[in-house]
Amino acid sequence: MSGLPEELAEIVDDFQAVTERERLELLLEFSEELPALPQRFADHPDLLEQVVECQSPLFLTIEVEAGGEQNVSLFFSAPPEAPTTRGFASILHQGLNGLPAATVLSVPDDMPNLLGLTRALTPLRLRGMTAMLARIKRQVNERLTAPNA
Amino acid sequence: MARDDRIGNQGTEEIASLVGKSFSPLFLLRGQFIMSLPIDADSRFASYAHPDRLVSTEWLAANLSTPGLVILESNEDFLLYDIGHIPHAVKVDWHTDLNDEDTRDYIDGEAFAALMASKGISRETTVVIYGDKSNWWAAYALWVFTLFGHEDVRLLDGGRDKWIAEGRELTREKPVVTPAQYPVVARDDSSIRAFLPQVLEHFGKPMIDVRSAEEYSGERTHMPAYPEEGTLRGGHIPSAASVPWALAAAEDGTFRSREELEEIYLANAGLTPGDDIITYCRIGERSSHTWFALQFLLGFENVRNYDGSWTEWGNAVRVPIVKGSEPGAIPAGFGA
Repeated sequence: MSGLPEELAEIVDDFQAVTERERLELLLEFSEELPALPQRFADHPDLLEQVVECQSPLFLTIEVEAGGEQNVSLFFSAPPEAPTTRGFASILHQGLNGLPAATVLSVPDDMPNLLGLTRALTPLRLRGMTAMLARIKRQVNERLTAPNA
Repeated sequence: MARDDRIGNQGTEEIASLVGKSFSPLFLLRGQFIMSLPIDADSRFASYAHPDRLVSTEWLAANLSTPGLVILESNEDFLLYDIGHIPHAVKVDWHTDLNDEDTRDYIDGEAFAALMASKGISRETTVVIYGDKSNWWAAYALWVFTLFGHEDVRLLDGGRDKWIAEGRELTREKPVVTPAQYPVVARDDSSIRAFLPQVLEHFGKPMIDVRSAEEYSGERTHMPAYPEEGTLRGGHIPSAASVPWALAAAEDGTFRSREELEEIYLANAGLTPGDDIITYCRIGERSSHTWFALQFLLGFENVRNYDGSWTEWGNAVRVPIVKGSEPGAIPAGFGA
């Protein structure tokens, strides 16, 4: 997958290598691997931004390392009864967490369409993941231009 | 459709009254199951027009492995079933199972027969459907089943959330389904489904818009917290009354009582017994929930769900809309 960071490209490859039915099982596995919020965010849900485009409640925020390559940390919160949304968040977490800001910003906006789920899931369901990525990139841009905000 | 339902219900009730609580399944010589399960005699359902269309969580818990019953879960979230479901339940997905892949329509009789067979459902099977979000997607599936005239299909009152709230068993174990035989039955779109030209002919008779107040007024073209789905214009069908679907559901996801439903739909929305009614929402799923309440709980016999709904009407050429919170007048040139 050209244009994708290595970790995310591997995930996309994993999805594309299997049948549609297995892709959905893979998405379910990802949903179970989404890490819980660290305490500093769990105690302050107001610090997270809601991705209103998702069909279920999904909140996210990021941190950008002050120096070096300005590595990005991603944090997500979604209820257990929203496994599809959690799966999408988990893919982005495993594919992008800890990468330099410039790398995160370089991910194509339509990356969710590469997972091979456009038939099994409705456009509405996939659009939630596209919106998560867009909001992550917007937040990264905001931090880069106002690093002390 | 309503007539057929009544006949079916009478049959069920007669049989249930004949055999009473000790009812046991009857089998043909070849072992084919031929009878529906007894109805849930829960007094909470007694005042509804068709109490046999609902089962309680208690009833379902007691009948989980009763022969002749198939439990279906129908959710908005595609993976929700997979993280835990009612024992013995199988999944049906409105998008991948019930919609035709190439035409904006439901599957045909052959595909429905194949789907039913794969879920272990025969024409005589009692089907209980439940799901998330106050059974909104379960009601949608039930409406599609009714297009094919499946006789005995019921909702679990309160759906998935109530089952879980009561601490009842969930499992991730997928049942081993024995494929069944299901006849190819032509889909009947005439009784409970409306298309755009029929909506245009319907002006002068009641319509219920079940979307949120913001969608009705045209402030937004999608549900709160849901993304745009490509509708060009916001508003509602002229003269349609606004009755958001969730008004029919209580806090615990069960349907409101008959008295409360009459307050909502008769006293407040102005429906009168015998009315010919069309319901709609955005794609026809939320309005299936209202269709269920009107047809089976309040006993209206002519209720059609316009599944084209706002994604069609809001984009269609030369159809009138009204913006704002008032129903608006029937446009000139339309209606009786």
